Amino acid sequence: MKSAVILFPGINRENDAIAALEQATGTKPVVVWHGETELPKTDIIMVPGGFSYGDYLRCGAMAAKSPIMRAVAERAKAGVTILGVCNGFQILTEAGLLPGALMRNASLKFICKNTHLKIENADTRFTNQYKAGDFVDYPVAHHDGNFFADSETLDRLEGEGRVILRYCDANGVVDPATNLNGSQRNIAGIINEAGNVLGMMPHPENAIDPLHGGTDGRNLFKSLVEAAS
Amino acid sequence: MKARVHVTLKNGVLDPQGKAVHHALQGLGFDGVNDVRQGKFIELELDGTDAAKAEAEVKEMCEKLLANTVIEDYSIELA
Repeated sequence: MKSAVILFPGINRENDAIAALEQATGTKPVVVWHGETELPKTDIIMVPGGFSYGDYLRCGAMAAKSPIMRAVAERAKAGVTILGVCNGFQILTEAGLLPGALMRNASLKFICKNTHLKIENADTRFTNQYKAGDFVDYPVAHHDGNFFADSETLDRLEGEGRVILRYCDANGVVDPATNLNGSQRNIAGIINEAGNVLGMMPHPENAIDPLHGGTDGRNLFKSLVEAAS
Repeated sequence: MKARVHVTLKNGVLDPQGKAVHHALQGLGFDGVNDVRQGKFIELELDGTDAAKAEAEVKEMCEKLLANTVIEDYSIELA
């Protein structure tokens, strides 16, 4: 099973992405620089977290227009599995591969801690190793994770089962009090209409080793492998 | 020719930074401020003298990069 990690200047989580994909697929992913125009043939593409282009203009705005993203958009259209985490989620929304936008956290604070998340839909290629209603513990580390979309878009995302993760507490309660960053309807992760592109703010790649303090993220990567094999 | 672009959050989109600035202004004793919305100002130095053409081009820049029309509005001023 082959995978690729896209690298932009200012990204800093690429090694975590590489480790998680290597652990799940058994093969080291190919790292593709943003200035490239072609992608190797892979089953999975991951857009990792960090601060591409120093978050200039808007988080992910510059990276979304870089040459490699045209190739990523073509693969998205062709049905290849694409996972964007944190800055990767911001880049995918700015590139128009996912709806909505990520705004400054409502608290205005950079939030770096572990958070609980509810798996809303386990019938996707990203979550098939979980059960709907499971709640997991992943770290978050972001300043701009406040998901916004107009209410029509939000209703459509919910109606089509495209909200995959929501912020919750240790008992799985999803309400305004457990909304980490002000996101509309506690949304932490969504998929595109075809179901092959997932964007999420939390970091499953930082919950794959007991030394991380937990391994809840492993099943997300196992799901990708399961779906692609 | 110069183009000045103002990018602001759409009405209805919460602006936590604007709220924080509002709060700080109140703390400084500026009680007459009803609301604060924070945005961006971008100045572009352009080739050419055809204003209509320049405006169309800057509009395209706004749609493609300078603004995120999911959450932001923009206005263009040529000088």
